Amino acid sequence: MDGSKGFEDALTGEQKIRNFNINFGPQHPAAHGVLRLVLELDGEIVERCDPHIGLLHRGTEKLMESRTYLQNLPYFDRLDYVAPMNQEHAWCLAIEKLTGVEIPRRASLIRVLYSEIGRVLNHLLNVTTQAMDVGALTPPLWGFEEREKLMGFYERACGARLHAAYFRPGGVHQDLPEDLINDIDQWAVEFPAILQDIDDLLTENRIFKQRNADIGVVTEEDILNYGFSGVMVRGSGLAWDLRRAQPYECYDEFDFQIPVGKNGDCYDRYLVRMEEMRQSTSIIRQAVAKLRDCPGDVLARGKLTPPKRSDMKTSMEALIHHFKLYTEGFHVPAGEVYAAVEAPKGEFGVYLVADGTNKPYRAKLRAPGYPHLQAMDHMAKGHQLADVAAIIGTMDIVFGEIDR
Amino acid sequence: MTEALQELGATLEIKRDDCVLVWSVDFDELTVDVAPSNIVEFVEFLKTDSACKFSTLVDITGVDYPDRAKRFDVVYHFLSMYQNQRIRLRVSIRENEMLPSIVDVHPSANWFEREVFDMFGVIFTGHPDLRRILTDYGFRGHPLRKDFPTTGYTEVRYDEAQKRVVYEPVKLVQEYRQFDFMSPWEGANYILPGDEKGDEKEGAK
Repeated sequence: MDGSKGFEDALTGEQKIRNFNINFGPQHPAAHGVLRLVLELDGEIVERCDPHIGLLHRGTEKLMESRTYLQNLPYFDRLDYVAPMNQEHAWCLAIEKLTGVEIPRRASLIRVLYSEIGRVLNHLLNVTTQAMDVGALTPPLWGFEEREKLMGFYERACGARLHAAYFRPGGVHQDLPEDLINDIDQWAVEFPAILQDIDDLLTENRIFKQRNADIGVVTEEDILNYGFSGVMVRGSGLAWDLRRAQPYECYDEFDFQIPVGKNGDCYDRYLVRMEEMRQSTSIIRQAVAKLRDCPGDVLARGKLTPPKRSDMKTSMEALIHHFKLYTEGFHVPAGEVYAAVEAPKGEFGVYLVADGTNKPYRAKLRAPGYPHLQAMDHMAKGHQLADVAAIIGTMDIVFGEIDR
Repeated sequence: MTEALQELGATLEIKRDDCVLVWSVDFDELTVDVAPSNIVEFVEFLKTDSACKFSTLVDITGVDYPDRAKRFDVVYHFLSMYQNQRIRLRVSIRENEMLPSIVDVHPSANWFEREVFDMFGVIFTGHPDLRRILTDYGFRGHPLRKDFPTTGYTEVRYDEAQKRVVYEPVKLVQEYRQFDFMSPWEGANYILPGDEKGDEKEGAK
C-alpha cells in the first residue's frame, strides 16, 4: 500500500506515492444535502469520483401508486423543495394531457407567475450558496432576504411557505387577492436593484472568478452524452429552453430572452442564472399586467375540480361531487403520457401510466439533477478537491428530487 | 406536431422494420415497441441518423405488469434538441430475461439502468457497474414491483442498549390503509373491505 512492496527507497531516493481515498459527506455543508462522494485523490487532484446517492430516498414513486391523483400532488413539493410549484406544474400538465382538460386563462397566467417566482427562488439560492461554497458569506444573507419575501408571496397565495400544493389539476387552488398582485408587482420593480447589488458583489470579484472560471467546462458532446438540461445546457451556448422550444401553458405569449453562456464553465453558468433572474422578473411583471386585465375563474369546473362553495349550499349534486372528489378522487382515462416543464434546474418530467382508476398505475419522476450528478465523475476528474464544491454548486444539486 | 410524429413513425418502420414491432401516436407522443435484442442497435440508429438525431437520453424506467407473461416494460425516453422531437421506446421482457445495456451508446444510461435494476430487478447485460443506487446498502427485494408491499419488510431504529442502528421486521400498530374506491354505480365488483370475513372476526379492526 505505501509503496514498500518491491520498491527500494534507499536505492532510488524516491517514494512511491499512493492515491488517497477520501469520503466527502454525507454530512458536509458544501454537499447541498446528503451527498456522499467517494473521492480518489492524487495529491489534491481528483482521479475518480463515485457519488453514493439514495440517503434521502423516500420511495415517492411507490407511495404514489397507492394514493389518488390529488393526494399525490403534495409529494411534488417535497421533491425539489427549493422551487416547489414548478414540480406540481408537471404533474398537473400530465393529468390535464390525459384527461384533455383546458384550464382557464387566469389560472394559466397565475401558474406562469408562480413558476417564475419559483425560478427566482431557486436561482437566488443556487447563486448565493455557490458563492458561499467558494468562500463568500454576504451573498447568501442578501439572497435569503429576497427569498423570504418570495416565500411570503407563496404563503399569501396558498397558506404555506414551502409545501404549497397550489397548482391543481384543472387550474390553481384559489384566486389571488388584488393586493397580493400589487405587492408582487412592487417587488418586481424593486428586485433588479437588489440583484444588481449581488451582481456587484460577485461578478467582478477576483476570488469568485478564480474559483469558477474554467472550472467544470461542459462541451456540447458532454451535454448529449450525459443528458444535461436547463442551465447546464445553456451555459455552453445551446439556446435550449422548453419554455421556448416546446411551449406549455401560455409561455408563447410572453416576451423573454434566453441567456446563453460561451465557455460552458461554472462562471458562465453563474452569469446565465443571474440573467435568467432578470428575465423571470420581466415575465413576472408581464404576467401581473395580464392578470389585471383578465378576471375570471381559476379552475376548469368539472370532474377534476371541486364545485364552487356557493353551489354546494344549494345543489345536492355539487355536494356529492365535492365529497366524492375528496374521498374517491377523480378517475383518469387509461393511457401513458410524458409531461415536462422547464424547472429551474432543467427538464423536470413526469411519465404517468394511468389504468383508468383513481390512482396512477405508475408514475416516474424524471429529475434534472439525477443525470447532472451522474456526470460528477466526468466533470470532477482532473480538478482540485476544492473545485468539487464549486462543481456540485453549479450543477444545482438538491437531494429531494434526486433521491425521490 | 402529430403529423410530423406520424411521418417519423412511418419512416422508422420503413427504415428499420427489423426493430420496430408496433408504433403509435397518442397524446402527441410517439411510442415505438422494440424487440429486446435490437434495442442497442435501434437506439444507436436513432442517435446517429440525421433525420432523427435523438441524441439526448431523457429517462429510462420500468413498469411492472404482474399478470402478463412478459412482466416488465422498460421504457426509454429520448429527446432531439436539433429536431425538437421526443420519442418513447418500449421493450417488454419476461421476469428472468436480461436486456442489453445501452451505456455504450448513451453514457447517461448508467444510473438510469442501475435504478431500473434496483427498483425492478431487471438485469442489463454489458453494464459496467450494475449496483443498487437508491435503496439502502444491503437492501433486499425490488421495491417498485407490484408484489412488494409499500411498507417494506424491515424498519430501522437506533437501539439505545446496543448503541447502534438495528434492522427489524416491520410491525405496524395499525393496518396499512388501502381503500377500495371502485364505485358500485360504475359496474365494479364491489365488496366492502372487511365485510367478507365479518362473521368470523368481529371488531378486529
